[in-house]
Order: sequence, then C-alpha cells, then structure tokens
Amino acid sequence: MEFPTRSSPYLPLRSDLSRLMQRVMLALVPGALALLWFFGWGVLFNLLIAAGTALLAEAAMLQLRGRPVRATLHDGSALLTGLLLGLSLPPLAPWWIAVVGTLFAIVVAKQLYGGIGYNPFNPAMVGFVVLIISFPLQMTLWPPPQGIDAQILGLTDTLRLVFAGALPADASLDSVTMATPLDITKTRLGLNYTWGEILADPRFGAFAGHGWEWVNVGFLFGGIWLWQRRAIHWQIPASMLGSLFLVSLFFYIADADSFGSPLFHLFSGATMLGAFFIATDPVSAATTRRGRLYYGAGIGVLTYIIRTWGGYPEGIAFAVLLMNMAAPTIDYLTPPRVFGRRDPEEES
Amino acid sequence: MQCLMVTLLSQPRRIPGGLRLDANKAQSLQQPLRAAGVPERLYIPLSQHIGDAAEPLVEVGDQVLKGQLIARSPGYISAPVHASSSGEVVAIGDYPVPHPSGMQAACIVIATDGRDQAAADDLRMENVLQADPADIRQRVRDAGIVGLGGAGFPTSVKLNPGPDREVDLLVINAAECEPYISCDEALMCSRPWEILEGIRIMRHALQARQVVIGIEDNMPNAIQCLQHCLDESEETGIRMIPVPTIYPAGGEKQLIYALTGEEVPSQGLPIDLGIVCHNVGTAAAIARALLQGEPLISRVVTVTGEGVRQPANLEVRIGTPVAALIEACGGYTDAVARLLMGGPMMGFSLRSDTIPAIKTTNCILAASYREAPQAPPASPCIRCSDCVDVCPAGLLPQQLYWYAHARDFDRIQDYHLFDCIECGCCAQVCPSHIPLVQYYRFAKTEIWSLESERQFSELARQRHEARLQRLEREKKALEERRAKARKSLKPKAGDADAKQAEIAAALQRVKAKKAEQSVQARNTSELTEQQQADIAAAERRRSPGSGQP
Repeated sequence: MEFPTRSSPYLPLRSDLSRLMQRVMLALVPGALALLWFFGWGVLFNLLIAAGTALLAEAAMLQLRGRPVRATLHDGSALLTGLLLGLSLPPLAPWWIAVVGTLFAIVVAKQLYGGIGYNPFNPAMVGFVVLIISFPLQMTLWPPPQGIDAQILGLTDTLRLVFAGALPADASLDSVTMATPLDITKTRLGLNYTWGEILADPRFGAFAGHGWEWVNVGFLFGGIWLWQRRAIHWQIPASMLGSLFLVSLFFYIADADSFGSPLFHLFSGATMLGAFFIATDPVSAATTRRGRLYYGAGIGVLTYIIRTWGGYPEGIAFAVLLMNMAAPTIDYLTPPRVFGRRDPEEES
Repeated sequence: MQCLMVTLLSQPRRIPGGLRLDANKAQSLQQPLRAAGVPERLYIPLSQHIGDAAEPLVEVGDQVLKGQLIARSPGYISAPVHASSSGEVVAIGDYPVPHPSGMQAACIVIATDGRDQAAADDLRMENVLQADPADIRQRVRDAGIVGLGGAGFPTSVKLNPGPDREVDLLVINAAECEPYISCDEALMCSRPWEILEGIRIMRHALQARQVVIGIEDNMPNAIQCLQHCLDESEETGIRMIPVPTIYPAGGEKQLIYALTGEEVPSQGLPIDLGIVCHNVGTAAAIARALLQGEPLISRVVTVTGEGVRQPANLEVRIGTPVAALIEACGGYTDAVARLLMGGPMMGFSLRSDTIPAIKTTNCILAASYREAPQAPPASPCIRCSDCVDVCPAGLLPQQLYWYAHARDFDRIQDYHLFDCIECGCCAQVCPSHIPLVQYYRFAKTEIWSLESERQFSELARQRHEARLQRLEREKKALEERRAKARKSLKPKAGDADAKQAEIAAALQRVKAKKAEQSVQARNTSELTEQQQADIAAAERRRSPGSGQP
C-alpha cells in the first residue's frame, strides 16, 4: 500500500495565526467596553472606520502585490491593527482622521515593508504618530467622560460632528471636549500646581483620571487573560509596567508635589493598552527572553520621560516606536545560553 | 586516568524548553507483548546502524539458519548482520529501506522455510560478570547489537570508554518520550529480568560506579515491574528515578540533565562528563546475546495509530516488512492516511509498507488524517518567539529560520544551527505553520555539501600545487643532471681537443680543395682569348640565371 509522505513533526498543530489574533481581539473587549461607556459613540465610530479602512487597504495592497487576498485577510492582523488604532483615537475626531491614520499604518508601515511579519515598526503606532504630528488639534478631541458634569453628545450629535463637522447650536468645540487627565497634569504641573491640587480636580477619579482608570483596568484584565491563554509572554508587560512604576515611584518619592503618582501613571492614558496589546506586538518587539525584559523596560522608562518632560502628554506611541528601532540590536545582544555551552559573554 | 564524579539530583530537574504532548501510549499497551511471527520473506538491510555498511558473507541460493552471520562488519564503527530466521537467500540487491528519502539500499532477501531452525550459538558466555570487559565487548559486537533507542550506534563502541577514561555513571534510558511509542514500556513490563541482567553486564563492561534508570513518570506499570525486579534481586547499586514527563526528556543529553543537572557540552559526548547512556532495550538485547546466545535478530516494535485495527507491541524479526506487522495487528482501518516509522515528532513517513522493520525501528504509526494531518500552508513568521520558549537546546529557532530562508549559512552557524537536535518542538508550536525542522535539515545538508565541496576544491588546489612543485622539482633535477653531465665531461679535455683537431683538419681539407680549384683557375690565364671566351660561355650555360661568370 502506498502513502503520501511529508517531513516531521506530524502531530496536529496547536496554534494558528488567526486564532491568535482572534484571542487578542477578544481580550480587547473589556477595555473597549469601558472606553465606549465613558466616552460615547465616537469610540464605536472610530473602531468601525479604522477596521473597515484597514481591511480595504490590506486587500487593495495584497491585490497590488499579487499576494493571496482572502487567505491573508483571514489571519486577522490587519483588522487588529485597525482596532488598536481605532481605540487610540479621540472619539470626537473627524472621520478622516481614522481613515488617514489607518491607511498610513496598513499601506506604508505594514504592506510597503512586506506585509505581516516584515514590518519593523508597530503599524498602529506609526499611524497614531503620523496623526498626532500632522493633526495635533483633531487629536485632542476627547469628550468629557461619562459621570462628569459636562455637555455630553448623544448618538446623532456625535454622528453629525464626526461625519459632517457640525456641532449642536448650543455647543462649541470647547464645550463638548475636555483635556485628558494626562494633559491636565502636564499643563498644571507646568504652572506649578502641586500634584495634590491636581488630583482634587473633579476630572480625576479614585487614583487616576475619571473613567480612564476603569478603561485601564479593563485592558489590564484582558491582558492578564491573554497571558493566561499564552497568547502573549509575560516579560514585556511586566517589565514595562514595572519600570514605569519604579521610575514614577522614584520621582514621586523625591518630590511628591511636582510628579504624578505611580498609580496615576499605571492607570492613565494608554498604559495598559500599550503594555498588553501594543508593546507585545511580536513582529516589532524583541524576541529573546532577556531581550523582552529590556525592551519592555525601555518602553516604560521612555513613556515616563515623554509624559513628564516631552512635548506630548502621552508617550506610549513614541516609546514603542523608539524601542522598535532598538529591538533587533536588543535581540542580537541578548541571545539565550545554548544548552551545553557556556555563557555567550564568557564565550566571547 | 580521568576521574569525574557525577552526583545525581535528589529531585530530578525539568528539562529546559520542551512540550507536554498527549502520550497516546495506552492504545498499544492494551494487549500483552507477543511475537509477530516469521514473514515469508525477510528484507535485511546491510546498513541498519551508524557507520559502515556490513559486507555480505552469503550468496544467492545459500541456505541460512536463524542467527547465522550473513554479513560482517568491515570497520570499528559498524555492526554485523544475522539471519532473522532460517531459509534460502533468494536475492542480494537494492530494495527500499527505512530512510526519510525513500531510498533503496543493499539488502539480503531471505525466503523463510518456516522451520526457524537456529544456528549453533557461539555468543553465550559463562560467568559474564567475571569476564574481561574486552571479551564482553567483542561478544556484543559479534551479536550485531546497536543502540535500540533509535540512533543505532554500535553498542560495543559505547561500551568502551577508552583507555584514559573512567565511567562514573551509567544511565539507562527508559524515558520513552515520544507520543505513541510504547515498545520500551512493553519490554519493561514483560521482561524486566532480562533488562536487569543486561544492565549488570553493561555495568561490569564499563566498570561504572553508579547506575541509574531514567524513566518518565507517566509509566507507573513499568516502574512497578522494574522496581519489583530490583527489590527481588536485592540489587542496591541500580537506582530508578522517574523524571517529569515532557518531550523530549528521552533525548540523551536531556535525560542526563534531568537526572544530574549537568549539561553535556555542545558537540561533546556524555563520556566527557564521565557518563555513558544506553537504551533499556539495548540492555535486554545484550542479556539475550550473552546469556541465551541469540544475536540481535528481533526487537520490540509498537504498531499503533487509528489506522490499524488492533494496536499492539510485537516482538519483530529484523527485516519483516511493515505490511506483515500491520497484518499481525488485524490490518489497516479505513482511517489510515499516513504511515510513519518512529514517533510523530522525529520519525519519518513511509511511502510504502513493503519497507522492512530494522534494528532501529521502534514504532510503526499507521496514522489517521486526524492524528497526522496534511501540512497546513505556511504564513510568514511573526516572530512570536513561542519557538524560543520550547527549544530544549536554547536556540533562537526564528533566527535560524530567517537565515536558512535567506541561505545565509555563515550567520546561521553563529546561531548554533548544529546544536539543533531536530526534536520538532518549534514547528509544533509555530502559529504560522512553518516547517521549521525541514529548514534546519536543509541548512545542515547544504552546509555539509558546501563543506565537502570546499574540501574537494581544497584537495584539488593542493593537488595542483603539488603538481606545480613536482614539475619544478623535475625541471631542477633535469638541470642538475645536465650540469652534472657537463661537469663529468670536463676531466676528458683531450677528447674535446681531438674533436677540435678533427674539425680543424676537415676545414684544412676544404681549404686545400678550394685552393686546388683556384690553382686550376689560375691555369686559364695562359689560354687564348678564344678559349677563355668558350670557357666563359660554357660556364654561363652550366649555371643558367647568372649573367656573369
């Protein structure tokens, strides 16, 4: 009897790219729901626009590059990039913000480098940085979170603002948007307010920005679930959060009036989204065990530096891209010890 | 004498990397170990081991007996081959043999006569445990015993630690780590005494100070059987240590690490640590040969998978075609989709079931589509580094893949390609379904062939240079000979003068002749003008073309 042959191993494979991406998307749900609850319909619009643009752009580019369209779209990586970028955008930004950012992310940062697996930079963060540099005004259009005494736009008003740029008669752009806690902190610390005074502001919650703290808790839960399901390695989130905590603790202890608390830094802005969903993007991150620790720690430290002394209130995107640049070198310098060999340092 | 002391860990260690896989051993252990019987034809390959192929000692038409030597080993790293049953040699030639490439190689084909008549044995030894280790090695060698764990390295070589080395620890490898394979477990359950005797012989041959049986902790029956044996025999020098079940804990270097915490040096051997490792089946084969006089003509093979009706462990004659083994287990089921020899992680797929089971065949896996599916299409590597976490060798599989893909064979060796044991863990967890092991095998083969090409061209260069030097030498020698000849002529200076004189004399004669002619010409001065004119005319006629005399 004759049989087909192939090379080993033969057991059914356990993991699969699209299942991996699906898991990551599923893990985004708690954080995304919190975001949706606190910041309204704009979050959903951003997600839909970014996801749709990502899929179309990916399909078009694959077609142009002569690659299998359906099979590659099926891996879910483009959709995930769109969702991650969509989650990072201000909910009241005009619709074309999400379109431009996603197009740049997929077309330039991903496909022009060779598609999945070949992009040296995190595509979603490239898209985000392009937007924040090119359209700084539109990128501040965050509404006040639910539960704050402020004007909050309903579904139709948000639709009209996002897609037509039209505001209700009784509102101005200033009245329907609000500075984010990171922004407030940066500005007020610059004006020599003490941290205690800033924290007393109604826009702050129990330990960080109102609403933001729960968004971060949501992403933290999703992230821990991802780690339990072995979709991500623990090293990058742990070292990123650890280093952010330690650096902010150091400055907080040194001068509690002039620096935000460690808890505030951990639960503000995109910290948890960044730690579990963005920094862990395998393609652009460091891959060795020790390397992942350095890579995560670098992102944590850079995030703190940019938040505290940089020109932008939030630094995750820049920190991730800077460490993306360092990732190949980190990998090169942190090889694991090969079984039966001495330490690589000793060897050389 | 090099004395290395090895300390066994009180708590065996988990090997680095590795995978927890479904054991799937129960299917084949439901039935007791039984003989597969003698097939009509035995296809006995001449190369069933690492090292040189054996050389046939029989011819077509010869009658052979069971256990008769039919091919002898030509070198130290080699093993002889014996007839697995009695019958007639009907062919010696190339037939398909177990090899991933599906290649053919030299086999002796025996048409069995059903009598299974044994040859007189000359392997049996009295008082083995008092015998000279060299004699034991010779008998083990004569019995054609090779490592039955899978690699097939000639056992007698591994029983010889060398003159300047002492063996501190003998590790008996009973950690059958690949899924589905249960032949060692079946052997331990049914013939533990044979194993124990074999271990004692090995210990004596190696003069090993300690002996430990490393076994995976998911075989309680085998552990119980062997332990019972050890207790009954009041053997205190042999310990059995269960190690955590994790693939590939049965790898030699991995098992040694699990038991001792020591790492066999990269590109080194266990003996570098004072350790020798033998498979549990090999121990039984040694006992059979030296105590019962039977050379290695059979072994235990697991026949299992959803593709076979009654999975079982069989005592199989070397050279039995796989089809006969499947038949002995009730035949194929409809689900059969793929035929594997060895386990599903490191085995290889067979094109046809006419291929024989050989000394290193531990398992025939008739797998269903569910058990061994088609290779899914590969996507690009996303550098998730799951492979890094499971690599038992501490390598960076994604970098190896990258450089194998790019055919950068220098860089790939910087990443220690040759420390890869091809266990398949990386490919097993790859979410992009990249056949990583295949890439590593490709790179290794390519590097080997480049290396042999380099050696070949190096040899050609050396030859060319040698030729140039030889020509130069010959030229010099010729010149020297000439110079010598010239020198040797010098003392006979008289001869040269004689020659000179002869030449001078000849010249003289020529001159004289010329002078004579000129004298005659001078005689014409006295001729008349008319006579002179006639002579001139005659001269002119004599030499046409010349206008003047």
